[in-house]
Amino acid sequence: MDELLKILQTNALEKREDIARMLGLPPAQVDARIADYEKQGVIRGYQAILNEDQLDLDKVTAVIEVKVTPQREGGFDTIAERISRFPEVRSAYLMSGTYDLLLFVEGRTLREVAGFVSERLSPLEGVLSTSTHFMLKTYKRFGVLMHEEKTDERLTVSP
Amino acid sequence: MSGSLSLRNRINATVRDIPRSGIRDFFDIVTTMKDVISLGIGEPDFDTPWHVRESTVFALERGVTHYTSNLGYLDLRRALTQYVALNFGAEYKPDDEVLITVGVSEALDLALRALINPGDEVLYHEPCYVSYRATILFANGVPVEVPTRAENGFRLTRAMLEERLTPRTKILMLNFPNNPTGAIMDRKDLEEIAAFAIERDLIVITDEIYGELTYDAPHTSIVSIPGIKERTIFLHGFSKAWAMTGFRLGYACGPAELIEAMMKVHQYTMLCASSLSQKAALEALARPETDVTEMVDEYRRRRNYIAAAFKEMGVQCHTPLGAFYAFPSVAQFGLSSKDFALKLLHEERVAVVPGTAFGACGEGFVRCAYATSMDKIKEAMARIARFTRQLK
Repeated sequence: MDELLKILQTNALEKREDIARMLGLPPAQVDARIADYEKQGVIRGYQAILNEDQLDLDKVTAVIEVKVTPQREGGFDTIAERISRFPEVRSAYLMSGTYDLLLFVEGRTLREVAGFVSERLSPLEGVLSTSTHFMLKTYKRFGVLMHEEKTDERLTVSP
Repeated sequence: MSGSLSLRNRINATVRDIPRSGIRDFFDIVTTMKDVISLGIGEPDFDTPWHVRESTVFALERGVTHYTSNLGYLDLRRALTQYVALNFGAEYKPDDEVLITVGVSEALDLALRALINPGDEVLYHEPCYVSYRATILFANGVPVEVPTRAENGFRLTRAMLEERLTPRTKILMLNFPNNPTGAIMDRKDLEEIAAFAIERDLIVITDEIYGELTYDAPHTSIVSIPGIKERTIFLHGFSKAWAMTGFRLGYACGPAELIEAMMKVHQYTMLCASSLSQKAALEALARPETDVTEMVDEYRRRRNYIAAAFKEMGVQCHTPLGAFYAFPSVAQFGLSSKDFALKLLHEERVAVVPGTAFGACGEGFVRCAYATSMDKIKEAMARIARFTRQLK
């Protein structure tokens, strides 16, 4: 992967001139390349990684395994895209194995998520079955540990 | 009753007369201060890869708590010979050409003690790792330093060595990629050095602890050059590339006769390297590509950042090609290396190491390690920029 993307994926707030130093490029070129990636749709947005457990939010997240029937034209894509458009669905993946789609669904309460599954998801044409699991606690998101205090035990000067 | 007991006179004269490491002195000053950003740390800021730590815990649970063979676990020696063949280009036999040691530091000490008769001269290039001169002296050798210069990227040439050669010269020590300069040697440079060692019948000790950490071209080891392996002791370890400094694990590869001689000293002084650390090393070798590549990519970004920042300040700094040190020249500011480092520490709370800690020819330079987080590097470079502006 392009070094520029790796840097942004680690820290999207990295300043342009700092990225320029890391890559040995003029800052204007860094700007141009980021704009290009945005235009191409490679970069689709920038978000903060939150430790939501600290925020005491009225929110539940469910991981839902969905079995679907692929359609004659469009295969899995048509049904997957249809499901993905619901704002409750935060992430959606096509999977290998015993089910087809894996969804991360958010709602304010358990009842709300249950309602989404029974009233919106399950009745969709092509959805054969669902299996819903509620998330209890987050240990790591997007490669970032949620409960680690970073300490440096190294000596301050060493050979 | 006689007068007070004078212990100083009882201390071995060589030990007594060797000064403490300049790094140690600096460390003592830094530890008294608060909010210091240290670019003085010669070890990775990364944690040891988790799979290595996790498997070490498992090894402890299983009871891997006993002595190992003096040479070290055979399965580790086998894995190491494969790793060295693949990455450094020389084939060694696991049975009698590899010795596992307590870090490269012990391996270096063993090699020198196994080879030196009192008065034998050892050529080594400066600026260099702080222990070289002392280790040679402890082994009753005569250290003969060969200064390298920023003008040619702190490389070593045959001409520099010829100048310092005498009939008593027995050993040539090499350390590339280099601490503290970040210099490397390419194949052509090394061929010249290898030819010199062969013609002058020298034994070569090559410390390649930073071998994995090169940023613009892959590392070339002198042992990959035909004809040199037979007279070379190759030293390497896990501290830098795998961020395993505290495990204290290194190894030496070389001709069986020399490894046997080193093993004798090791056997009677150290017995064996830590069994747990040896298991950890075996696990580290299981997936070096991913662990090491990620760290190297991050070091490269930091290296670029520091080099660019010095350039913007108008401070000359040859591009470090390996290890994780930049070695900029501070001569233009009219201060000695030590005074520059002390003033920077007191005024801006940034710790760098005076070049003279690595040999007299390090005067006019300071070592800045980039084995520290990008955020700290950014802040440190901003402070150094403010400091140098005010000096100009």
